[in-house]
Amino acid sequence: MDKKTIDRVIEKYQGNPQEILEMLLDIQEELRYLPKEALSCLAEKLNMPVAKLYRIAKFYEALSLKPMGDCQVHVCTGTACHVRGASRILDELGHQLGIKPGEVTPDQSFGLKTVNCVGACALGPVVVVNGEHHGDMAALKVNKLIKQYAGDHKQKKKKHA
Amino acid sequence: MNRLTSVSDMEKLQKELASRNQPERPVVTLCQGTGCKAYASGKIYKAFEKELALRGLTQKVSLKSTGCHGFCEQGPIIVILPEEICYCRVKPEDIPEIVEKTLVEKKTVDRLLFTDPVSGEKFAHESEIPFYKYQRRVIFGKNRLVDPQNIEDYIGLEGYSALAHAITRLNPEKVLLEVKKANLRGRGGAGFPTGIKWETTRNAPGEKKYVIVNADEGDPGAYMDRSLLEGNPHLVLEGLAIGAYAIGAREGFVFVRQEYPLALENINKAVQQAKEYGLLGKNILGSGFDFDVTVKRGAGAFVSGESSALISAIEGSAGEPRPKHVNAAVSGLWGSPTSLNNVETWANVPLIMNKGAGWYGSIGSDKNPGTKIFSLVGKVNNTGLIEVPLGTPLRNIIYDIGGGIKDGKKFKAVQTGGPSGGCIPEQHLDVPVDFDRLSQMGSMMGSGGMIVMDEKSCMVDVAKYFMQFLKEESCGKCISCRAGIKEMHEILERITLGEGCEKDLEQLTDLAWITENASLCALGRTASNPVISTLKYFREEYKAHIREKHCPAGVCKALIHYSIDPERCNGCGRCQKVCSVEAVEGEKGAPISINNDFCIRCGICQEACRFNAVMVE
Repeated sequence: MDKKTIDRVIEKYQGNPQEILEMLLDIQEELRYLPKEALSCLAEKLNMPVAKLYRIAKFYEALSLKPMGDCQVHVCTGTACHVRGASRILDELGHQLGIKPGEVTPDQSFGLKTVNCVGACALGPVVVVNGEHHGDMAALKVNKLIKQYAGDHKQKKKKHA
Repeated sequence: MNRLTSVSDMEKLQKELASRNQPERPVVTLCQGTGCKAYASGKIYKAFEKELALRGLTQKVSLKSTGCHGFCEQGPIIVILPEEICYCRVKPEDIPEIVEKTLVEKKTVDRLLFTDPVSGEKFAHESEIPFYKYQRRVIFGKNRLVDPQNIEDYIGLEGYSALAHAITRLNPEKVLLEVKKANLRGRGGAGFPTGIKWETTRNAPGEKKYVIVNADEGDPGAYMDRSLLEGNPHLVLEGLAIGAYAIGAREGFVFVRQEYPLALENINKAVQQAKEYGLLGKNILGSGFDFDVTVKRGAGAFVSGESSALISAIEGSAGEPRPKHVNAAVSGLWGSPTSLNNVETWANVPLIMNKGAGWYGSIGSDKNPGTKIFSLVGKVNNTGLIEVPLGTPLRNIIYDIGGGIKDGKKFKAVQTGGPSGGCIPEQHLDVPVDFDRLSQMGSMMGSGGMIVMDEKSCMVDVAKYFMQFLKEESCGKCISCRAGIKEMHEILERITLGEGCEKDLEQLTDLAWITENASLCALGRTASNPVISTLKYFREEYKAHIREKHCPAGVCKALIHYSIDPERCNGCGRCQKVCSVEAVEGEKGAPISINNDFCIRCGICQEACRFNAVMVE
């Protein structure tokens, strides 16, 4: 972990401890999760008990203490999506990826999570992958969705290499 | 752009913007809300830009990105002004034809018009479409005219006039009186009179006072606050500034869920632009009134939308509720008097100031003036955001605007009020929807989610769903809420597994009572509503699960099995291909069967079947 990230974030909020949630969200955006070292480092610099940071990180659903997948799949389980069969889609995604909600595939390419409502209720059931919304989902479309992102992911990795 | 330093500066700008306006010039408005964006409306914008340039029409036709129009299910939506020709489910490849036919030849592209799913009738103009026709969009209507990322668009439509008038011509007491007279009630769900809340904050001792926009819209199934913040952020900011003036606050916060990235982007941009134009900040329009706004992000905790919890979150703690021996209006943010209102409530304020309390009271019903935005979703034909006067009967909403139930199925219930609400059955469909009537029926307004359920929705499953939701979202502070919800969830789980007994229903009622009466905040106090309302209206369905081990809606996995109707099956093998556990048996070409020993009841075979041959019992 690069300590410069933490410094940058602290500087952005002028070290104001009231902005702690904003700081954690920013750090997560950059590092894609909240590593232990990041929390310890932040606590030390803000002169705050690290337990307080853990408490906040554990309290909010959007904050993650575990690494997320390169393709992070969020299945909306809001009421509108639920009555239109979100649980079927979640089951199918879990089945095809071989992981449970909250887990990441061993190669870290995919992560699966549920989200309470993404506010795109008219398009339900909705699945959000890396911030992109996919409306009118069906268990039948799961395979294609995974393949699409797996393909994109491979290409990106290749480019990176 | 120079900062506006007086009302005459603003009027000058408004005149200039009006003079630039050419009513005859075609304007293509494209919805760029989250819903339409999910259907690639960004690509459509680019396709339009390209096509207009190709034909040399860039100078003759305006292209405008707008916020959500509401009819999200038909997205991406394009409306061509001034004729208001509305095209639905547009694809990038349709753009050359639209430009050619509609913009050049002035004809419509019939296949892209909205087709009524029941009558099959096509409608060319937005205002004729039943989904829009029966609405009264006084708050939400401007979304389709304004580019949310351009403050001048809002100012051009008399935006910020109400603020200018209030802070330069009226004293704060007068503003407060007008909002009180209008009897605006909090759109976040409880329906508390906004004017009284403001007055309490204004009169509370303390130099510093705060105003907060609650945009931590956590009710699953509701998204009107997202669409307002995304589509018309200045309307919310203007309302907030007027409220701050009336209350005597100099600082305000907008607390937005981080799950709403576009709303965050647009409100941040709006705050920045308003500051540049001198409509926020020091000495607004030379009136001597200072007001500043900060945007804060939530992080996915449902309970943080509760007022005291939201205040804790802004202060930098975990967003947990606090005991309210003293109301936030008296002692809120950092112990100072604070008025916290929902997005839609603030959005109503400029309208009240512009048109007056008398006009406002003419809309809606007696003790429930004004309109309310609902998200009409679930198993209904036309889904999206709708705005109707309070007091409109549910039946009109679901059948006239919503076009009835999907796929010709039967209506079963409508769930309102989010996890704190209840399920309303068919016999109450004619009841007018307002704050008081919904509570009388054992539900509540909530932020305005309206999830329609048909005969294929299991009410025990719905109750279980909400208990699961609340079990995870309960902060755990009160044992009645922490353990009560968990216990109710366990009982419901048992019932849906076919392991319930008669006594369970009694126990559910008892637990519901305790949770309701012994919890600190609204989450716990209203958590039992889904259980109580389904027990009240759908007790027979509970009994079927318990006595006959049968789920009449065919939802509860442990109580159903899939089979294939040999009359309908032609042995195409599609279901066999998609089944991941090889439970579909038989040879291709001949009717096949499902082996229930292997079947995991995922239902994918039913989705795949094109002949309706897969049955659930």
